[in-house]
Amino acid sequence: MQDNRMQPIVRAEQVEKRFGTIHALAGVSLEIEAGIIYALLGPNGAGKTTLIRVLATLLKPDAGSATVAGIDVVHDPVAVRNRIGLAGQFAAVDEYLTGREAVEMVGRLYNLDARTARERAAEVLERFSLAGDADRLVRTYSGGMKRRLDLAASLVGQPDVLFLDEPTTGIDPRSRLEVWALIRDLVGSGTTVLLTTQYLDEADQLADRIGVIHEGKLISEGTGNELKDRLGGAVIHVDVADEAQEASRAALAVDQGATGTITLPAPDGPASLVAAVRTLDAAGITPTDIGLRRPTLDDVFVALTGHATEPTQPGNGRRRGRRGRRRRAGGQP
Amino acid sequence: MSSHSRPRRAHVSPVHALKDTVVIARRNLLRVVRMPQLLLFATVQPVMFLVLFNYVFGGAVGRAIPPAAGGEYLNWLLPGVLLQMAAFGSTQTAMGLIEDLNNGVIDRFRSLPMARSAVLAGRTMADLVRNLFVLALVLALGYLLGFRPQTSFVPLAGGVLVAMMFAFALSWVMACIGLAVKNSEAAQPAAMIPIFPMVFASSIFVPTETLPDWLRVFADRQPVTRTANAVRSLILGEGALAPSLTVAGEVTAAVLWSFAVLVLAAPLAVRLYRRAVS
Repeated sequence: MQDNRMQPIVRAEQVEKRFGTIHALAGVSLEIEAGIIYALLGPNGAGKTTLIRVLATLLKPDAGSATVAGIDVVHDPVAVRNRIGLAGQFAAVDEYLTGREAVEMVGRLYNLDARTARERAAEVLERFSLAGDADRLVRTYSGGMKRRLDLAASLVGQPDVLFLDEPTTGIDPRSRLEVWALIRDLVGSGTTVLLTTQYLDEADQLADRIGVIHEGKLISEGTGNELKDRLGGAVIHVDVADEAQEASRAALAVDQGATGTITLPAPDGPASLVAAVRTLDAAGITPTDIGLRRPTLDDVFVALTGHATEPTQPGNGRRRGRRGRRRRAGGQP
Repeated sequence: MSSHSRPRRAHVSPVHALKDTVVIARRNLLRVVRMPQLLLFATVQPVMFLVLFNYVFGGAVGRAIPPAAGGEYLNWLLPGVLLQMAAFGSTQTAMGLIEDLNNGVIDRFRSLPMARSAVLAGRTMADLVRNLFVLALVLALGYLLGFRPQTSFVPLAGGVLVAMMFAFALSWVMACIGLAVKNSEAAQPAAMIPIFPMVFASSIFVPTETLPDWLRVFADRQPVTRTANAVRSLILGEGALAPSLTVAGEVTAAVLWSFAVLVLAAPLAVRLYRRAVS
């Protein structure tokens, strides 16, 4: 452990990956110190999953390099796989195995002997509150249980680094809280976690550090508080009539789009709101709606990139059609 | 967490590859055991062919079959149906792989320090075991319908072995199709494109002497016919073959064909697997 603290346990340097004409990763550099939770925050198609897949040795980068636990992911992928666990976007658990069989199988594939695999499987199932259901077929599990089983399977090899790709996408709010608690618990026992999320509050609640990823680039990095401080902790949303759009944007000195809701950082909270109202009033504009809000992921993006996160590119999800198909309709806040 | 107590391996040795293959094969077989309806339908189809072809074509074709069949079209038909079953059943290899690709299981496997080849080998091995089980059921049901092997147990077992070798080789071809198409709705008809002409323009259902000359040129030479000839002659004796053919010759041809298909399809499947997942 002491050695690991000296150097980052995950390091990416100018990693690039293209799919056809899409530049999924356009030179990402990143260092993660051991024993923390690091969240990659970004919308669909930002490159989060691609980066995880490069670090977990599922994809070879087109350029740049990356190490996990000091081992190069391209030159020695098998050694890297010995040190990592991966839980993908969808619970990759076999419906026709029991929970115990599924976890033991993964343990065996980590090269544990049958007895050790059995013991470790029992341990993680206990830890994830699945011991009572371990001998039932996975197809009878709820969505939250499947997700927990998937996490349990990714831990049976006792990885140094755990990659979690959108660990709470598609599960109900209560299960989400359970998964959060389990992830926090993991770090307490020495595992480093790199997770991806589309939700600012998830990154905020869980992560020691957050990297904001957009169009294949890491555009900002810091603790949750640092990121929110950059937005002043709150934002002002302004809606105006269409004919007043241009004048309003000029008055408020914003440089984003030409239509829709205008978003402003509000570093001084209510005082910023009062100032904005005065500015609009002085310009002779009466907004149809104006208010102070906690920042959302969209707001972070607007502030960092100068434009909103949607609409996403038409090519989105082209690599794996299931991604779009399986996602719950309206599942995103 | 004592994260360094686990044996770390930098590269996957053949012994581990074999062990991983067994782990994956067991996982695939558990799925078959837990979904017995899969096995049921896999058995119903060949039995249906056996019964339908026997009673529908038996009268017409019966006169064209050699006396080695003991005067029963069923005796002639059953060795062929074993191969037809192997051919149709092999599409399951494609379907299973596509399902694993699409629900993230393969991603999990690829993040583990296991042998890459085990995912494919475990799949085809499990399909081989499943095929063997279905074949035994078809033989048993055939016996109830009146099928009688005309040789002894050892050649019968040899016939089963030849049929299984062919099924195994075909599983790798289907693995290629599945990995190339990657979509189960498209893979099913795609897999049938090679299977239909190979199965029907062969000696599976009728002696090739009854086919038009131009078709016989293809039918007499293609692997399904050679394999069907081998299996049939092992079960019914040399008299089941056209006079110019021998049991040894047909068995040799069948084994060589299976081997050749395997040698071509297995490395191609491994290459397609690598491409499909990156």
